[in-house]
Amino acid sequence: MSRFIDRRPNGRHKSAVNRQRFMRRFKKQIQEAVREAISGRSIKEVDESGEKITIPAKDTSEPSFSYGDGGVRNMIFPGNKEFIPGDLIKRPNQDGQGRGGSEASDSAEEGQDEFAFEISKEEFLDIFFEDLALPNLVKTQIAKIPNYKMIRTGYTSQGIPANINVVRSLREALGRRLAIKAAKNNKIRDLENELALLLSSEPNSARINVIQTEIERLKRTIGTIPFIDPFDLKYNNRVMRPEPSTQAVMFCLMDVSGSMDEAKKDIAKRFFILLYLFLSKTYENVEVVFIRHHTSAKEVNEEEFFYSRETGGTVVSSALELMRDIMLTRYPTSDWNIYAAQASDGDNWNNDSPRCKELLLDDILSLVQYFAYVEIMPRHHQSLWEAYLTIKEVCPQFAMQHIESVKDIYPVFRELFKRSEGITHG
Amino acid sequence: MAKAKSTIISDSSEWTQDLLTQFDKEIARIAQGFKLDTYPNQVEIINSEQMLDAYSSVGMPLGYSHWSFGKQFLNVEKHYRRGHMGLAYELVINSNPCISYLMEENTLTMQALVIAHACYGHNSFFKGNYLFKTWTSADSIIDYLVFAKNYIAECEEQHGIDEVEEIIDACHSLMNNGVDRYKRPNKISLQEEKARQANRAEYLQSQVNQLWRTLPSPQNKVGDAAEKHFPEEPQENILYFIEKHAPLLEPWQREIVRIVRKIAQYFYPQKQTKVMNEGWATFWHYTIINQLYTEQLVNDDFMMEFLHNHTNVIYQPSFESQFYSGLNPYTLGFTMFCDIKRICESPTDEDKKWFPDFAGSNWIETLDFAMRNFKDESFIAQYLSPKVMRDLKLFSILDNDEHPDLEVSLIHNEDGYQHLRQSLSENYNLGNLEPDIQVYNVDVRGDRSLTLRYTQRNRRPLGNTKEEVVKHLYRLWGFPVKLEMLDEANQPQLLSECPPKAHPVKH
Repeated sequence: MSRFIDRRPNGRHKSAVNRQRFMRRFKKQIQEAVREAISGRSIKEVDESGEKITIPAKDTSEPSFSYGDGGVRNMIFPGNKEFIPGDLIKRPNQDGQGRGGSEASDSAEEGQDEFAFEISKEEFLDIFFEDLALPNLVKTQIAKIPNYKMIRTGYTSQGIPANINVVRSLREALGRRLAIKAAKNNKIRDLENELALLLSSEPNSARINVIQTEIERLKRTIGTIPFIDPFDLKYNNRVMRPEPSTQAVMFCLMDVSGSMDEAKKDIAKRFFILLYLFLSKTYENVEVVFIRHHTSAKEVNEEEFFYSRETGGTVVSSALELMRDIMLTRYPTSDWNIYAAQASDGDNWNNDSPRCKELLLDDILSLVQYFAYVEIMPRHHQSLWEAYLTIKEVCPQFAMQHIESVKDIYPVFRELFKRSEGITHG
Repeated sequence: MAKAKSTIISDSSEWTQDLLTQFDKEIARIAQGFKLDTYPNQVEIINSEQMLDAYSSVGMPLGYSHWSFGKQFLNVEKHYRRGHMGLAYELVINSNPCISYLMEENTLTMQALVIAHACYGHNSFFKGNYLFKTWTSADSIIDYLVFAKNYIAECEEQHGIDEVEEIIDACHSLMNNGVDRYKRPNKISLQEEKARQANRAEYLQSQVNQLWRTLPSPQNKVGDAAEKHFPEEPQENILYFIEKHAPLLEPWQREIVRIVRKIAQYFYPQKQTKVMNEGWATFWHYTIINQLYTEQLVNDDFMMEFLHNHTNVIYQPSFESQFYSGLNPYTLGFTMFCDIKRICESPTDEDKKWFPDFAGSNWIETLDFAMRNFKDESFIAQYLSPKVMRDLKLFSILDNDEHPDLEVSLIHNEDGYQHLRQSLSENYNLGNLEPDIQVYNVDVRGDRSLTLRYTQRNRRPLGNTKEEVVKHLYRLWGFPVKLEMLDEANQPQLLSECPPKAHPVKH
């Protein structure tokens, strides 16, 4: 008789550990492939679903002794139609690819040189952002204690009635009653023994009466032990524990003046998306504020931010002012970790640059965790770059880099966010 | 319908546990009628993801952890998700009780087919075939796999994943060279294994030391030493040789070599009986389900679905088809078993001439005998009939790289039958499919180098992977490893060497 077992409720990822082993072993190649994937195409796609990863097949091959091509072989095939012995057939395609049908067709299905497989979005991002850290994250969590959360921490003997823990209290009461009764019960037992002895030996002894009264008294005392006493009451203890804020807001500032062409905007966009992905890995809730500017700044939605066209001159400080105002009104630092990224091609109205510096130093940098400035394909560095350079020297949460081409985005991003000792604890 | 009361087990295509039990009961009864002797069955119902898992561990219900299984998993998963590949309907494990997996997605018909195929077809083959009987021990394989998994996990804890992985990688590359082809192996028994494991570590080490201790003895005359050859006979089981004689391996490393070797040995019979095993199981699911139909236990719908699936299983595309991927073992095996039955029941004159000893005999006994005593190679050599060759329109192509063209050497005609059968049989000889490489010599008196010798046949060269394998072997042996080839003129040539020596450049 056969035994049927339904295994469907069992775990289904038995191979997870082997898969993990595979990822572990080929970590380097996979990282390589992930970086390739990022620099090669629109980053937005990354966020959607799993990612196909391709690594060189020779790294993953499992060699064993086998025959190479050549020599003499006799192979059997089915389905003869018109051949007779002695017929000659042209060798298919050099290389002696007649390795017996099965192998030939197996290998044709999968490129000879590559092993391709899929990883999940989480894995992709994990690998992608490995070794990167958000600067000043630690500092915020310790320095600012913005939120409190009630958590349970055992029991106390004082509290409000709503917090009474019934089970605990009754257990205490039971314990107390047992403890108090014990001595008296012992005494009663001894007296009863003595009484029994007396009753059988000298039934007329006066002592009998005394003992009986004493037993009576003790029993009465036991009866008066309260079932529950205020002393027994236990209350659930709740304390406030500081919770580091886990929400962040990211300000995207971009110059959309005439000199920012599509190519530059595309680079800026990729940079912003990278930052967004990175923040969303660390924070539960990430809001994004898009501010675009030419001579005046405006808060817009994502669509408008990236796609609508503008012309005109450039006044960077307008965007910084708008950012400061939004920050003060909508994002109090007690609740929000604030990050900002500014992208521009470096053009600015010359007289405006000192104003930018002033705004940053006086109003903005003290409130944000990190302010990253990227200059995209600048013809040459202009006054804004010079002004910012001086900020960088005095302000650890300010960083700047320039990007020459799409290929630079990722390295620059890494440069800006690489895990480094020191700054975070400053 | 003539009968008032229908005997049909179920009209539905949905399966339930009850229906499965009912089908199993009927199938078991029919199988018994055909004298199929099986291990008890343990049928496990799993979903497709669990099937994916089972796939990647090469059919071992519990394997040790290794990246190559992860690679296998990713590969299967990818093809499955893209719809390139359906999953097998079943997986069956040579164990006692015989474990088979049914997928929950299957219809009732498919489940019945799979029960007949795996639980009675494969199962009886595992129990009856001489290779499985001598080489594998169905009773203890599961326990042994558990032992192996735990042992390797322990090693990983003690010595680190990387170290263990390195050893396993090296062993895997030599897995095909880790079986005894001719010697009868000892069976694996868990109790023994456990009891001996501790002692063995010590014992093995002492054996190894024994061999090496004699080496620097200064009294020995150089002349004597040159005479001595170690090993005295070439050794085909390279992993076994490593386990016993590698000078530098730690005891735990030896144990891992042993585990991989044992598992290779366990799977070896399956490789040698692909055609027979699948043919046997297919023949029996076909016969049993037809019997169900004859007894009116299943209806026409059931039968149509069954035939549809059965036909897919035994589909053999012809050589020029884009779907061609070699001879389908199911087709060849199924056709041959059906043919043997035909020869028993209604032999033609040709059959009587070719198979005088069983034409007209009892088919159940004849089939049973064939199943028990052959492997693919000998089964084909013995039983492939001219009719099957004609039906499959078999022909052979001679590929000689010294000739510009391929030549059709044999076809399914009077002159060809005998040779065609011989060639096909040889194509299933694992000894021919895998290069013949043996441990030839250890330089015990000198640099302790290990020499492997490849005996070439038909001028066939070794593939490029040899360098990598030699590197792996070097990792295990710890001293230089050479691979040389004995060409057809009996001259040894050096093919590969690790670590490479500076040789005069030769391309």
